Amino acid sequence: MDEAVVSTFGFGLSDPALANLLQIVGLSLRVTLTALALAAVIGLPLGALIGISRFPGRKAVIIVVNALMGLPPVVVGLVVYLTLSRSGPLGALGLLFTPAAMVVAQTILIVPIVVALSRQTIEDLWGELGEHLRSLGLTDVAAVPTLLWEGRFALATALLAGFGRASAEVGSVIIVGGNIAGFTRTMTTTITLETSKGDLPLALALGGILICLTIALNAGAFAISRVGARHAG
Amino acid sequence: MRAEATILPLELDRLRFEADGRRLIDDVDLVVARGGPTVLLGPNGAGKSLLLRLAHGLVAPTSGEVRWAIGGGETAGRKRHAMVFQKPVMLRRSVHDNLIHALAAAGFCRSDRAARADEALARFGLRDHAGRAARLLSGGEQQRLAVARAWSLDPEVLFLDEPTAHLDPSATRAIETMITTLRAEGRTLVMATHDLAQARRLAARVVFVLGGRVVEDAPAEVFFDNPATEAARAFLAGELVW
Ligand SMILES: Nc1ncnc2c1ncn2[C@@H]1O[C@H](COP(=O)(O)OP(=O)(O)OP(=O)(O)O)[C@@H](O)[C@H]1O
Ligand SMILES: [Mg+2]
Repeated sequence: MDEAVVSTFGFGLSDPALANLLQIVGLSLRVTLTALALAAVIGLPLGALIGISRFPGRKAVIIVVNALMGLPPVVVGLVVYLTLSRSGPLGALGLLFTPAAMVVAQTILIVPIVVALSRQTIEDLWGELGEHLRSLGLTDVAAVPTLLWEGRFALATALLAGFGRASAEVGSVIIVGGNIAGFTRTMTTTITLETSKGDLPLALALGGILICLTIALNAGAFAISRVGARHAG
Repeated sequence: MRAEATILPLELDRLRFEADGRRLIDDVDLVVARGGPTVLLGPNGAGKSLLLRLAHGLVAPTSGEVRWAIGGGETAGRKRHAMVFQKPVMLRRSVHDNLIHALAAAGFCRSDRAARADEALARFGLRDHAGRAARLLSGGEQQRLAVARAWSLDPEVLFLDEPTAHLDPSATRAIETMITTLRAEGRTLVMATHDLAQARRLAARVVFVLGGRVVEDAPAEVFFDNPATEAARAFLAGELVW
């Protein structure tokens, strides 16, 4: 992070405090980006398949996936907690209160967003391009890579939306991560803790960084749609 | 076009297509042998596009059969019939990449693709547009790319669905010249149109379609000079037929 940014957000934090802040920001980004990558790998092909296939109960699946977009993070946190806790079904993995547990929780939060938005995008593209692709000899499943690439701009925006949701949420990571200093403390959980303790400079600095992140995400989405319009007409 | 096993004749056997309780294609029997362009002529909604999509295998018939002389219209594992749609379908990538994508999807090996794409660009006057976004081309340029793309797949049979609808006279002439060239290469064309003048210019055989039925099927001169049915006479006279 360069000097200007540090002095803007450092609020006169001492060197160890600054190191602490950078560590927290780094962990937050690492957790959320890992969750986003996993959600993309799971969600994009899944959304595409739902988008192009016809099966009984498809409408119900779509309604459920759309509803899951609004899943309360604390509920996800609770379910992941119960699953990973020592007596839970995956307790033996010993993941509770680790960054891996936070990745799992955030992946669950992002997947429905990626599936729902990519399903809509791919379904529209399949309507437009389906006959051409089948004319070339592609089966439905073989057409998925083409459709994902055709929808790349809309899908990138969907991923940004997922990233935005995960980086701003606090409910699930605080439950499954435990907010352990230097290990599972993210920007949002730190703000929660420090505010209640009265350590406002660190909370404010992290809040500022989160706001900048949000602005950067929106600028990114805007830039993507501009580039998309140039290619797609 | 390479001389090899032919997928012709194509036989449509008592083909029927129903949707929402309406019979849209009604017991069509049609044989397409190797030869000059067959033009499906008929008013809007007659079922021309539907018949082409059934023949090309994009739509499954309610009953009846589409038969190719060999292997479902494939030789050496590659589909030998291609289609140009009424509304050109362009992928969100460059003109060149649209060609490459079609060649890859149709199963051409990597080493063949670039050469074929370049040849198609050169033949159809698209070289200057190679790097442009395909969807930002004009309607006429898009239709030209659609024909070039179908040609690059080296089809023995080419289905063309109103390839010049919405084009201006010079773009129409360019497409018609391309069609004549395809014919001269020994490809068999099956084309839908409701443009009488175009049918006169291009057709060797006319199949007059009305209400999902083949009402008349004759060599072009015979159809235009001496139509056998009242419906065809009315259509040629420019009177609406339903
Ligand atoms: N998949 C489908 N399901 C239901 N109805 C269809 C389907 N495809 C076509 N139709 C209907 O079949 C009829 C014939 O359509 P088609 O597109 O073949 O007409 P056309 O002869 O090509 O007309 P035009 O000259 O306007 O292109 C139309 O009434 C159309 O709405
Ligand atoms: Mg039509």
